[in-house]
Amino acid sequence: MNTLFDKIWDAHVVQQIEDGPTQLYIDRLYCHEVTSPQAFAGMKQRGLKCLRPAQIFCMPDHNTPTHDQDKPIEDPVSKKQVDTLAQNAAEFGLNHFGMMHPKNGIIHVVGPERGLSLPGMTIVCGDSHTSTHGAMGAVAFGIGTSEVEMVMASQCILQQKPKSMRINISGTLGKGVTAKDVALYLMSKISTSGATGFFVEYAGSVVKDLSMEGRLTLCNLSIEMGARGGFIAPDEKTFEYIKGREYAPTGEEWDKALAYWKTLKSGEDAVFDKELYFDGADIQPMITYGTNPGMGMSITDCIPTLEGMGEAAQASFMKSMNYMGFQPGQQLLGHPIDYVFLGACTNGRIEDFRAFASVVKGKKKADSVIAWLVPGSWAVDQQIRMEGLDVVLKDAGFEIRQPGCSACLAMNDDKIPAGKYSVSTSNRNFEGRQGPGSRTILASPLVAAAAAVTGVLTDPRTII
Amino acid sequence: MKQKFNIITSTCVPLPLENVDTDQIIPARFLKATDKKGFGENLFRDWRYDKQGNPIKDFVLNDPTYGGVVLVAGKNFGSGSSREHAAWAIADYGFRVVVSSFFADIHKNNELNNFVLPVVVSEQFLQELFDSISANPKMEVEVDLPNQTITNKATGKSEQFEINAYKKHCLINGLDDIDFLLENKDKIEAWEKKNER
Repeated sequence: MNTLFDKIWDAHVVQQIEDGPTQLYIDRLYCHEVTSPQAFAGMKQRGLKCLRPAQIFCMPDHNTPTHDQDKPIEDPVSKKQVDTLAQNAAEFGLNHFGMMHPKNGIIHVVGPERGLSLPGMTIVCGDSHTSTHGAMGAVAFGIGTSEVEMVMASQCILQQKPKSMRINISGTLGKGVTAKDVALYLMSKISTSGATGFFVEYAGSVVKDLSMEGRLTLCNLSIEMGARGGFIAPDEKTFEYIKGREYAPTGEEWDKALAYWKTLKSGEDAVFDKELYFDGADIQPMITYGTNPGMGMSITDCIPTLEGMGEAAQASFMKSMNYMGFQPGQQLLGHPIDYVFLGACTNGRIEDFRAFASVVKGKKKADSVIAWLVPGSWAVDQQIRMEGLDVVLKDAGFEIRQPGCSACLAMNDDKIPAGKYSVSTSNRNFEGRQGPGSRTILASPLVAAAAAVTGVLTDPRTII
Repeated sequence: MKQKFNIITSTCVPLPLENVDTDQIIPARFLKATDKKGFGENLFRDWRYDKQGNPIKDFVLNDPTYGGVVLVAGKNFGSGSSREHAAWAIADYGFRVVVSSFFADIHKNNELNNFVLPVVVSEQFLQELFDSISANPKMEVEVDLPNQTITNKATGKSEQFEINAYKKHCLINGLDDIDFLLENKDKIEAWEKKNER
């Protein structure tokens, strides 16, 4: 009752279906090439036009190669999917930032950085990491392709209203601890289904103190706790970030919007269906050891043992250990690794490149490591070069690739070979996520950088 | 895909693993299609086939002992990616019902939107179901959508399951959400006018 989630949700209710879902108005629909073609096909089959084309923004990101983007994509199937998006966007009259377009990048990086995702909005995309945009103070969530078609046709979606949860994180974060560690810590405590059925508001001093980039990382990972979405009430930091961005309101419109945005907070008397409390001081640099993002621990800890686990849980746990080549109870500090991936909608923003560069500056990439550094967008790429981070990275033996989702889910050529260990700043360590047989260890850009220069899992606090 | 739903009686395919994510249901490299056809061939691809494409004998879909249109899975089924391709793969393979003690939100909606019924049962009911299937792979369950019950025919035990009246109506009558939304265009325009969109 009287939570910020209620306020934004209620302000978008077109109608409540009796003993059924809510018809919710959607301010912004983002489309990428993977989850939209069948929705466009459905629209054509029904002979429909998009109801509000100006509110729909399309861009390819999943299939895009991270090199030679000025040339045609080599994989014909990937090329067809990317081309299909361009054709559909043209046919339906939608905004489209194609490959090599200066506004192109990962959809969840581009939306906030262009001022397209704003406080108080409802935002959807056929992608579970749509929760990212919650950092702007919006209600943003991932949907399926049938639902994408629904929004194209009607600018509305039918949804059951989720329950509300507030996660309060008090205190401050220690040295070398980032937003990514906070998210991995939360998942390790409440599991990948701990927030299923809920929409999460993040609050408390740790959250307030996070930069906008850090907040985007935290909200991005809401889905990995099972949450329908996650968001942070907008504050001065949010407004400062948005002001002057390309699609942000200006002049009188800005004043009007700002006045409204300032009202967007949960009431003092707000009642959540569930509240959780954590202390920032308890959070250390984190890594995952298993095959779901909830299987995480402090980098200095040991993998849990089977003690106290039920039969079904043990079977899943051991399947995961066998896949990763680890043992229950094992410590991973010093374990050799093969690949490092910096990027994805989770950690492909400028601050992530700054963090990575701060660790590797004046050091050299370990010869045994192959590193892929992939900016989240062309705007991030430009900023990296403007700040001279490209030089720092190059001196340390790293090259910067072209923007896209890349090795996060390996739909392009950036695949981790079977059996190889990848320290990755992405969001999922599922079996085969980074390529068939790949073994993913999720971590922050600092942990990834420390591994990249030492060739083994290393506590970044010992080298910064 | 718009298949009307009523009462289904079938043998089951057991998958007693927890946290089965949609990357396992259909790996990302199979998401490049621009239509909805043929995803069933790659359902559980990397658990079902080895690197050379040969069936892995002990995976349940390759075991002729088990069959039917009801998939029974461990808790937190369908977590991770929102890819509807996972629901298309399940439907295309021929499953009409998925039973688990817990589903991830987005995947659950995706199943419903493809006329696959997700049935949430208690942990105890699920465990007994796994035990019954293990004791007799030919045992059947009855899933009665109008009455919202699932029955383990080996033990005779039944449980009620939840589904909202609107979605139930859609499944029984083969209607989808877009049909509904298109009928409500006036309400959308009225809302936009009122809210200055």
